Amino acid sequence: MTEKQSIWRSAISVGLVVGGVSLLLSLVGMVTAFEERYIITGVFTMGQLLLFAPLITGGYSTITRVQEKSLVSSLLGGALSGVFGGLVLTLLLVVGSQVDLRLMFPNASPDLYSIISFGIPAPLGYVIPIVYGAIFGLIGAGLALLPSRIRSAVLTATLWIVVLGLFRDMFALIPTFNQPGPLKTIFTWIFAPSGLSVLAAILLFVLIGGYSYWRSGRPEPRQQRSFSDQKPAIRWGVLIVGSAIVLSLPFILGVFFTEVLDNVGLYIIMALGLNIVVGYAGLLDLGYVAFFAIGAYTMGVLTSPELGFFNLNFWTALPFALLVTTISGVILGLPVLRMRGDYLAIVTLGFGEIVRILALSEWLRPYIGGTQGIQQIAIPIPDYILATWNTQTKFYYLILAGCLVVGFIAWRLKDSRLGRSWIALREDEDVAQAMGLNTVITKLLAFATGATFAGLSGAIFASKLNSAYPHSFDLLVSIYVLCIIIIGGMGSIPGAVLGSFFLIGMPELLREFSEFRLLVVGAVMVAMMLYKPEGLWPEERRRLELHEGEEEPVEVAEEEFAPVGSTSD
Amino acid sequence: MLRNWRQRITITDIVVWAIGVVLAAGVIYGTIVTLRAQLYSGATWIDLTITGLALGGIYALIALGYTLVYGILKMINFAHGEVFMSGPFTAVFLAIYLDNIGFLNASPVISIILITILSAVVSTTIAILLERIAYKPLRGAPRLVPLITAIGASFFLQYAFRGLYGSGIKAYPEIDVLQGSWEIAGISIDKTQAVTIIGAVLMMLIIWGISRYTRVGKAMRAVSEDKEVSALMGIDVDRTIMNTFALGGAAAGVAGILYVLLFPVVNFFMGFIPGLKAFTAAVLGGIGNPIGAFLGAMVLGLIESIGPSLFLTGLGIPAPYQLKDALAFVILVLILIFRPTGILGERISRTKA
Repeated sequence: MTEKQSIWRSAISVGLVVGGVSLLLSLVGMVTAFEERYIITGVFTMGQLLLFAPLITGGYSTITRVQEKSLVSSLLGGALSGVFGGLVLTLLLVVGSQVDLRLMFPNASPDLYSIISFGIPAPLGYVIPIVYGAIFGLIGAGLALLPSRIRSAVLTATLWIVVLGLFRDMFALIPTFNQPGPLKTIFTWIFAPSGLSVLAAILLFVLIGGYSYWRSGRPEPRQQRSFSDQKPAIRWGVLIVGSAIVLSLPFILGVFFTEVLDNVGLYIIMALGLNIVVGYAGLLDLGYVAFFAIGAYTMGVLTSPELGFFNLNFWTALPFALLVTTISGVILGLPVLRMRGDYLAIVTLGFGEIVRILALSEWLRPYIGGTQGIQQIAIPIPDYILATWNTQTKFYYLILAGCLVVGFIAWRLKDSRLGRSWIALREDEDVAQAMGLNTVITKLLAFATGATFAGLSGAIFASKLNSAYPHSFDLLVSIYVLCIIIIGGMGSIPGAVLGSFFLIGMPELLREFSEFRLLVVGAVMVAMMLYKPEGLWPEERRRLELHEGEEEPVEVAEEEFAPVGSTSD
Repeated sequence: MLRNWRQRITITDIVVWAIGVVLAAGVIYGTIVTLRAQLYSGATWIDLTITGLALGGIYALIALGYTLVYGILKMINFAHGEVFMSGPFTAVFLAIYLDNIGFLNASPVISIILITILSAVVSTTIAILLERIAYKPLRGAPRLVPLITAIGASFFLQYAFRGLYGSGIKAYPEIDVLQGSWEIAGISIDKTQAVTIIGAVLMMLIIWGISRYTRVGKAMRAVSEDKEVSALMGIDVDRTIMNTFALGGAAAGVAGILYVLLFPVVNFFMGFIPGLKAFTAAVLGGIGNPIGAFLGAMVLGLIESIGPSLFLTGLGIPAPYQLKDALAFVILVLILIFRPTGILGERISRTKA
């Protein structure tokens, strides 16, 4: 009896929560924004996925939360949670039909209602969310009951379908797919004008699911077979082919993608810099954008004929821009040397805001242009050289070179004496000091290195835009960069690259998404910290440490603080 | 001996003190120049002081949220500015509705109370949800983890509200009774400012009363002293932490309404700067100490309203009011460098700060 009661109770509470999530996604406008974005053409849109996915998750987590259960009660429980999730949506429909919610929630439009009720009018339409809620709850419960091998195959296949369907437009923009030839034939067969074609979706699902099932059945290959363990011939082959692809990307992908890659590259440079400050040395810097701004403005002041101070060209100005940002890194570092954790974060945030406010102010207008910013900033490669290349392509190679240099420095620093000092500092400052580490120099070097990288990125950024405006440098840039290294994994170099593609590249390709970028950034930061604090591509040492650190205190804390009879989680 | 002395005074100290001396000299010089030039009349200074006190009262209520949470969890609730925003941003719809049916000007007192209650309820709910979803699972995690969560939650809330209510600015309707000013002892005070100051003081008293005389308040103080011992004494620590967030949220919700009395527009971004300033105030007064938060907020409000005219004009900086936010941040940085314990703060050891 108690077992049943608990599964029902869990179903109801989970159902209401996931219903709330669906409701939030609807009212925030995500569901309607993705209404036109088909994953499988004519069948399933991204908007519907956003609406239904919480319900499926609800069915799934209802069962995984309960220890003992029978097959029937599990399935019923899943369906029940879906029903309650659906009820929340029904409530929205009912209220929405009586009151014009749009006065308060601009997104509560008839459009949204028709998505929720599948366009079926009032009395029957109210039942619809409950019905599909039950179905999706059942699906979720079913997923939870499947053997894990099948489940992971199904999930992998679904994920691939969603990704392929979503990025259909992206593939369509690649020139190679538009020239007549076998690629174009394959492309038109797989994709509909929006999303995947039905047949291709089914085929891909089977193929990918089957492959994933077959793969997971094979005995694990040797654990962590790293790249350097491969034969030299393979290694060189991969390297040469890889670099050939990377070098020819602008010509394969066309102008639009090159532009996206340029932006991603600028953020990779910044992320690698912040990675040193936050990831290696453990100093949470929220004013990182200040260095980006200082790099950009130095480049502007030194090269812009509009201001007419120096009129240098890009290449002579670049070393000065880097020098200025390095020095400003040290200057910021000095006063905050003694602070840790939270205080450091807030003070650096303050610094970032001070720089931005100063850049906007009337006071410094004669020198850095105030709200007007600086125009006519020099470009690295004049137009008459390589005249057939477009600007994006030229900057692609510059930024690529920047990424490689910065990445190389970050990689070599990591296991150097300095890198190990940073990690020691991150682990325990007092012990590090007791071991004879010069914490002052070590911290300052971290700030200075991080600042220089951001300065490089800023200088290229200013030159790329030909201009520098104070509005390009608000706090959000710092938050993006921080989120990039959190997604990728703090202290991890490939993580920084991965994070940049995910956070900067993806919103550019999914136009609807860009409006919700910060919403997702916030949610991702919370979710990562709650469930995967080491990031998607973790640095080995950090992963070990976070998991070791997690086990003990959390258990102790729960024993200590959980009051008797608490039903929480 | 000599070695010891040299070790204690490092190059950092010298640089830090040099920065301090330069800034102090700038402030003093600017003040003298402004006062000697007699740029502003006495009435202007009084006006600025009253504005400063009203601002200070609002900051004090928000700062309470930071300080109470810090006192118990030793973490900065970075998303508290968004808790502050959520109340008035939601209550604006009630205000507009009441204005449309004419109730707002017919019985302004009841209307304001209703709006304030709604605002406080929303802020409290957000604060509790925040604690429950984002912070509670992370007790005992490494220090950076909850801080990053808080930053993420802050942005999530901002943009969730932007999505829910739209990205535009919404205006609170005017209340006729609160237009104009009162004449008290020869000084004219804007009615809105007077109400703000009174409201803030009342709310402070209520919170003080709760923390002093009720069981909930006593539990809060006990838990902030020592979690383990409180748990042994039969205090439900989780519940008390939730109550703390709730109380901070309620204070922020009330502060939100007082804030819109002074600046009657709301948007999703309105919580960020006041939140940061209230944090500054909490640190200025000594974080973890509610009376300190009050003092710090008043000082910050005054500096912010008087400072630009007082010493920035004297330094010959054009349009000094553009820099008032920068001024608040400079103060924050300076306190954290020179006196991280704040005015009344308990001693925060270096390992904590």
